[in-house]
Amino acid sequence: MTEFKRPDGRKVNELRKITAKVGVVPNADGSAIFGFGDTVAIAAVYGPKKMHPQHAQNPEKGTLRCTYNMLSFSVTERIRPGPSRRSQEISKITEWALQPVVMIDEYANQVVDVHINVLQANASTRCAGINAAAMALAQAGIPMKSLVSSVSIGKLDKQLVTDLIKEEEDWEEGEGPTDIPITLTGDGKISHIQLDGKISIKQLREAVKLAEGAYQQIHDAQVKALKEAASSEQEIQASSAKNVGGEEKK
Amino acid sequence: MTDRLIVVPGEVIFQGEDYLPGEGTEKRGDEIVAVRYGLAEETKKLVKVIPLTGVYIPRRGNVVIGKIEMITSNGWVIDIGTAENAFLSIMEVPRYVNKDDMKSVFDIGEMVAAKIYSIGGRGIDLTTRLKELGKLEKGIIIEINPNKVPRVIGKEGSMISLIKDETKCRITVGQNGFIWISGSKVEDELFAKKAILYVAENSLMSGLTDEMKNWFVEEKK
Repeated sequence: MTEFKRPDGRKVNELRKITAKVGVVPNADGSAIFGFGDTVAIAAVYGPKKMHPQHAQNPEKGTLRCTYNMLSFSVTERIRPGPSRRSQEISKITEWALQPVVMIDEYANQVVDVHINVLQANASTRCAGINAAAMALAQAGIPMKSLVSSVSIGKLDKQLVTDLIKEEEDWEEGEGPTDIPITLTGDGKISHIQLDGKISIKQLREAVKLAEGAYQQIHDAQVKALKEAASSEQEIQASSAKNVGGEEKK
Repeated sequence: MTDRLIVVPGEVIFQGEDYLPGEGTEKRGDEIVAVRYGLAEETKKLVKVIPLTGVYIPRRGNVVIGKIEMITSNGWVIDIGTAENAFLSIMEVPRYVNKDDMKSVFDIGEMVAAKIYSIGGRGIDLTTRLKELGKLEKGIIIEINPNKVPRVIGKEGSMISLIKDETKCRITVGQNGFIWISGSKVEDELFAKKAILYVAENSLMSGLTDEMKNWFVEEKK
């Protein structure tokens, strides 16, 4: 097989540089920022809190409510702010991707709110949003079976690639582009898969394999960010305590 | 395991049948898995995860401090900072209550220390039929992160009794993060507040009670 050339020179199974950090919104109960290269999403979690309006309450179990939004400056051509057909769909998709892992059954009549905002977009925004949301939920202390990690797999002509960029999403050669965002849970199950384009069953299996390969890298970045946040807090406090002690002695 | 380990949801804390899953953990096969983000701790083979962040989750037996929100025909609705409002029935007040003049017992906006005696399908029920509970008059109320309350109280109340002794204030710590301080002088109350906020800020430090003893020595110079 000849080497497939991607526009930004990455290998076919190479992710963009991952950025991940938790605790970015001080007011929220949990928050995180996650980025694949130029695609950056921020997530803030509030709750569990009482569900309003009251008629939306579920007396049997807690509700997860996600809101996905792209900020008007996230793309070069300004997008109209406010909910759109696309953002409503992705909000619902994000909810479904996270639902299997969050354990909020005991919070009857209550809601966990997840707000996802895309700061910069260069394809795979829903994946970055889901990854940020998973970290933010964990930081908010919501019981979860595991984290989830999401990645987009693309088929450009006949070649499968990991983590699409905008340029690849608009692929024009051969069979054109197929975009397959996949979200995986800790036990290796798929909690979300979408397919936009044409693909054979055999190649879809390969795509899932590719996502499983990328899962580990994303998951490691999420875990690292969460652990760093807790331990850095510990260190800052320890060092600031020393400083305060030192000043007092003077 | 002597070191407390930071765990994330889905992380395996222990393998094998030797340990029991406690709060914030789950048993899957023969593994003990964390379901919350926090510090994993093992005492007498019981593994639990101490949350570092998140909202206050009410538990039975917790002493909480709340604000009277509403007066109903047979009790008071109290806001204790949870999703569900808590209810204090007149039966749970250790004195005679005239149903026509419930305001004279607890009026709207007043602060009350109460204990959670049951959490049912219809909400949280409170009681004030115990020592040190009831209306909070005089003094100041401060708010800290509910996850830091265990450190303010300390092991078997060691930290809070230290602060009480050093500041000569009466202090009631609500598990929901509200703390009531009452002393004979305002200076004492503010000093107690400073001490509590210092504890909350340095909540993850080990040997905190000893550190606080030094802190009091330094502060009192």
